[in-house]
Order: sequence, then C-alpha cells, then structure tokens
Amino acid sequence: MRAALFVTCLVDGVVPRVAKATVRVLERVGVTVDMPFQQTCCGQMHVNTGYPREAIPLVRNHVAAFEGYDAIVVPSGSCTAAIRHQHADVARLAGDSALAAAAEAIAARTWELSEFLVDVLGVKDVGAYFPHRVTYHPTCHSLRLLRVGQRPLQLLRAVEGIDLVELPDAEQCCGFGGTFALKNPAVSSAMLADKIAAVRRTGAEYTAAGDASCLLHIGGGLARLSTGIGTRHLAEILATTRREP
Amino acid sequence: MTFLGMPTAPRGVGQLRQEAPFPVAAARALDDSQLRRNLGHATSTIRAKRAAAVAEVPDWQELRAAGAAIKDDVLAHLDRYLLQLEAQVTARGGTVHWAGDANEANRIVTGLIRATGQRHVVKVKSMATQEIGLNEALAAAGIEATETDLAELIVQLGHDRPSHILVPAIHRNRNQIRDIFLREMPDAPAQLSDEPAALTAAARAHLRRKFLTAQVAISGANFAIAETGTLAVVESEGNGRMCLTLPRTLITVMGIEKILPVWRDLEVFLQLLPRSSTAERMNPYTSMWAGAVEGQEFHLVLLDNGRTATLADPRGRAALRCIRCSACLNVCPVYERTGGHAYGSVYPGPIGAVLSPQLTGVADNPDLPFASTLCGACFDACPVAIDIPSMLVHLRSRVVDDKLAHHRGPTPEAAAMRGLPRTGRPSRAAAGAALRPDPAPARPAGRLDLLPRPAPAAATDVPRLVEGGAVASRRREG
Repeated sequence: MRAALFVTCLVDGVVPRVAKATVRVLERVGVTVDMPFQQTCCGQMHVNTGYPREAIPLVRNHVAAFEGYDAIVVPSGSCTAAIRHQHADVARLAGDSALAAAAEAIAARTWELSEFLVDVLGVKDVGAYFPHRVTYHPTCHSLRLLRVGQRPLQLLRAVEGIDLVELPDAEQCCGFGGTFALKNPAVSSAMLADKIAAVRRTGAEYTAAGDASCLLHIGGGLARLSTGIGTRHLAEILATTRREP
Repeated sequence: MTFLGMPTAPRGVGQLRQEAPFPVAAARALDDSQLRRNLGHATSTIRAKRAAAVAEVPDWQELRAAGAAIKDDVLAHLDRYLLQLEAQVTARGGTVHWAGDANEANRIVTGLIRATGQRHVVKVKSMATQEIGLNEALAAAGIEATETDLAELIVQLGHDRPSHILVPAIHRNRNQIRDIFLREMPDAPAQLSDEPAALTAAARAHLRRKFLTAQVAISGANFAIAETGTLAVVESEGNGRMCLTLPRTLITVMGIEKILPVWRDLEVFLQLLPRSSTAERMNPYTSMWAGAVEGQEFHLVLLDNGRTATLADPRGRAALRCIRCSACLNVCPVYERTGGHAYGSVYPGPIGAVLSPQLTGVADNPDLPFASTLCGACFDACPVAIDIPSMLVHLRSRVVDDKLAHHRGPTPEAAAMRGLPRTGRPSRAAAGAALRPDPAPARPAGRLDLLPRPAPAAATDVPRLVEGGAVASRRREG
C-alpha cells in the first residue's frame, strides 16, 4: 500500500521528529510513504482566526500537492478535521466549484494516523515497545470533529510494556485552541492548569496525544512547572520498538 | 459580508454588549478564587446530571434533529407564523404589540403598566426582559419590579447581574446568599442560616406577600404556538404559575423566534428542554395559556431587537434555534472558568458568543466570537444541534472584515495571516528528508509562488531541525 504523508506545518516547523516517527510506523506496517514536497499548511489557523480568504491559496496548493494520491495520512486530528470540514468550504468561498469538488475528494481519502492504522489497514498492534506509564489526552478535534473514539487507545493498549492510565476529565479541552491561546492567554492558562493537575494525578511519565499542537501547549506547562512529565505524540510511541528505542 | 438595512439592537439600553474586552474581563474573573470554586462545582455537577438525563432517552439524536428541523421551519416562515400567532392571540382576547427594539418594547410595557395605575409588578424570570433592560426602564418610570425566581431574586437583591441563563446566581454560594438576604430583605429572619431550606423559606415568605398584592405580572415565554395562540412557560419553583395566574394583568415579552408551528411540536421541546437545562425528565411546572379569561388582561409584546438582522445571515441564523437551556454554558471550558459576567451580555457562554454579536452587530461585540477554543463540547450538548463552533468561525471572519473596513490599510494581524505560513518549503527539513526523494518533480514552476517564501526566522530554524531531524537520520542510515 502507498500513502502520502501530510506532515502539517506545525510538525514540520517545530517537532519534525513526529513526522519521522509517523513514517517509521507506516513503513513498519508495510506502507510505502510518499512525501510530496509541494505541501505546506492546511490553512486552519487562517480560517479559524477569521481569514478564510487568506486560506484559499493554501487549499489550492494542498489540492495540487495531494491530488495524485489514493491515501493521505496526517499525524494530526485537527489538521485532518480542517481538510475534511473546511477545505471545500474555503474553495466555495473562492467561487471555485471544481476546487471544492477536488478538495472533497481528497478529504475522503485523508485519514488521521489512528484512523488510517485501525480503519484502513486494520492494524491495532504495530509492534511497538514503550515501557513507561502513559496517560492519553484525546484532543478536541480528534474527539468531536473526527470521532476517532477508541482508536488511539486501541493502538496504545497493544504497545508492549506500556502502563496506560486513564486521565481524569480527559475530554476537557487543554486550552490551546490555536490563536485562542494568544488572544485569551489568561483563560487558556487556567484551562491548562487544570489539565496539568489532571495529568499529575495519574502519576504518568508521559502525556500522549494525536496532535502536536495540544501537546506543545501541555508540554510547555509541564516543563514550566518542572513536573518531569514528558509529552509524546501517538506516532512517537507507536514508532518506538525494542530495536529502535 | 454586511447586512445593511437590518437594524441591530440599539446601544445605550439593555444588556447585550461587552463593557471591557473579553480577555480583560475574563482575566479579572479568573482572579476570583471564590467564583472559580462556585462555578467549577456547579457546572461539573450539572454536567454529570445532564449527561445521565440525556443518556436515558434512546432517541435523543432523533429528538435533536426534530428540534432543529422544527426551528428551521419556524425561521424560514417566521413572517407567516407571527401573523398566525397574532391572529390566534387576538381571537382569544389577548392584545399583541410589535416592538422593533429594546426601547420600543420598554416603552410599550411601561405604558401598559401605567394604564393600570399600578406602581409595583411581579416578574417571572425572563431572558428577553433582561436583554432589553426592562427593570431599569421601569425603575426610571417609578415602577418597582420584583423578580420572583429565587436565583433572579438573589441577583436583584444583590444589585448584581445574572451570570448564567438558567441559574443566574451560579456565581454565588449559600454563604453569600445569606449575607445578601440579611442585608437587603427587610423581612428576612434575623437568625437566618445558610441552609438551603432556610434560605428558600425566607425567600418564599418574602415573595408570598408580593404575589398576593401584585395586580400586574410580567413574563417571558419559552414557546408560543402559532396554531393555537398558546404561550408556554416552563419553570421549577411555582413562582411562574403564581405570576401567570394571580394578577389581573399579564404582560409577556417574547423574542419573535420563540414560535413553534403547531401544538404537537411541544412534544419534542418539552423533552429536549428540561433534560438539557436542569437535567430533569420533566420540569415541575409547565404553564400554558391562550389569550385572556374574563376579568383579566393579556398583552403579548413581540420583540425583534436584532433578531431579523440575525436571520439575514444564512450562516448565523441557526443561533435563533436556541431554546435557552444553557447546556452549552455548562459544558464550556471557557465559561466554567470565567463565569457569565465576562461576556458582558445576558447571553453568556458559547450561545452568547454567537448570539450577542449578531443581535448587536459584530462591531459592538468583537471579542466574543474569539472567546472559544472551538473544542466543540457546546455543539455536542446543544439540544437543537446549533453548530456553534462553525458559527464562531464564521463570525470571526465577519469581525475581521468589519475591522478591515474601518482600518486604514491592513491590520498587523491581516498582514501576518497573508505572510503565513513560513513553511512553504522547509518541509525537507522534517519528514520529507526521512524519505526517498520525491519521485515526481518537487514543484511545478510557478505554482508555489502563490505562497510566501520561507521567512528568515524559519530559515534559521532549519539547521537545528535538520541536525536533530530526519535528514541526519536518513544520512546515518544511508
């Protein structure tokens, strides 16, 4: 099976190890991964901050970059949701119905990592080894826009050596919210404080999630408080094996 | 997109506008540790209860869809239903008044009360009258209005403002309530404790005297049936029933979107509303009336106050489906931390963030559409399936457009949005390099020129990313 990787701008610019990890997981389960270099940002930040017109060139570019691929995998629930729920709308705003149709077609072939592994490949055990206590934060867009449900947890439960502990009030937003964290820093921090308190109650060594954005927010709080608790993207945990720790 | 010609709610009257920027008001609220505790406790309790009450109903999603469809039909044919309602109410002995905005509604109600010669009225909790600032308008006309809902009474006695649609005194705990009663309620027992039963008994005795003497009552309405001219108020304390039946004159102020087409539509909404708001299977009191019985007078004031302007926006009008249950407030992580006052409007929380800016025009509430992380909990909880997150995003673009229209040249934020992302190319630094080189030519000439070039800042990051990143590892493996 071949699949194209949509790295996402945040992973590309800030945590490229998440993209590497995604490739390692996919290759291990037999996927040939293509990486179209034309790709850039999905434009969600523009749309969600009130600039849908500025997202038009990004959607156009995304469609051009991924049109030729049968399957597109994204290590982010939020960016997947933008492709699925916003791209065609942005194209219609541009008055380009052909672009909207193409965007819809691409959205139908685009999967968040856990969706792709569980639904498309039918894999739950990716042969990972991660002997640590981990708690999982279901990011809001994975949870409510994609409805990934149990998929990430099914994958994590199959990881050898993992001690997966439940996060209290897991479904509460961490407070990141894209530019929300910039425009409403005080509320964002208050939400983060409660999320971190919940993480600490679990005694976990790592907080896992399927979105690098939320993890950066949570990780920033954990580091600033010197909690000693780390963050790991779902892909990073799934990529870790006994041979390649 | 602007909607010229549709009047919005006027300034200088009522309570729909932010007074301070939301981030400033929110930061102030966040510093109030008592408020945080009160709200955290109250919202988490009601969240759990609501989830249980909703889980009992096997066809909840179908009910939601039915509720949304009925309301959408109302909004699509509001012109017809309103006239039908007017005809039915009039035929049953009531009088219908049309109020374009808050000032007009306040004038109408004040005039009606003056005509009775009364200087004191009792009120059932009503969002519409809070919205238009009716109590203040009546006070200016020398008419004293007593709120008879317990929480609303607490707010009124405390010279305070409601902070929640359903539980307006959610920001108060029983200690604070006891203090307010002792300070402001002349007939409160001197030894009043902070036991809920004692507090309720004190309020009951106080209110009973008001009920038995009032000649005029003012209410809102949860629903109005166009087919029959029936008005409905649902409540928990029985104060509504007292107000709606005892006084000689009843004046109901109702937003024009409260209509339901036919009687049997109540079947849907009397299931959706109590479970979503108080987490009850059925609310304790449902009062319904049509027109007036002999010896009594009934006036219905139909209020626009920006609703037609809201209706004019195809991507915003679903906010008018709202049945004021407050489920979205109770599940909102922002509301839980800031409380309602930070939103400025009587409609706080997620629904307020989409409704208030539409009623006033976005220029007067520019921060509210941004007062959300777009986590989506509100949409899931909404009994009439208002897609609040998508509507927030849409209203954000209206705010941006409005700002750009009044700004000379692009705002700094707009310039930044045009300049971003800076990641047009350095994907190679990340996972790209973890792979075999792209089999196809990387970029057809000219296509990427649509996008901005990588910024210097991103460029300086590249070596670090490459060093720790995928290029290096591929090289090692290679």
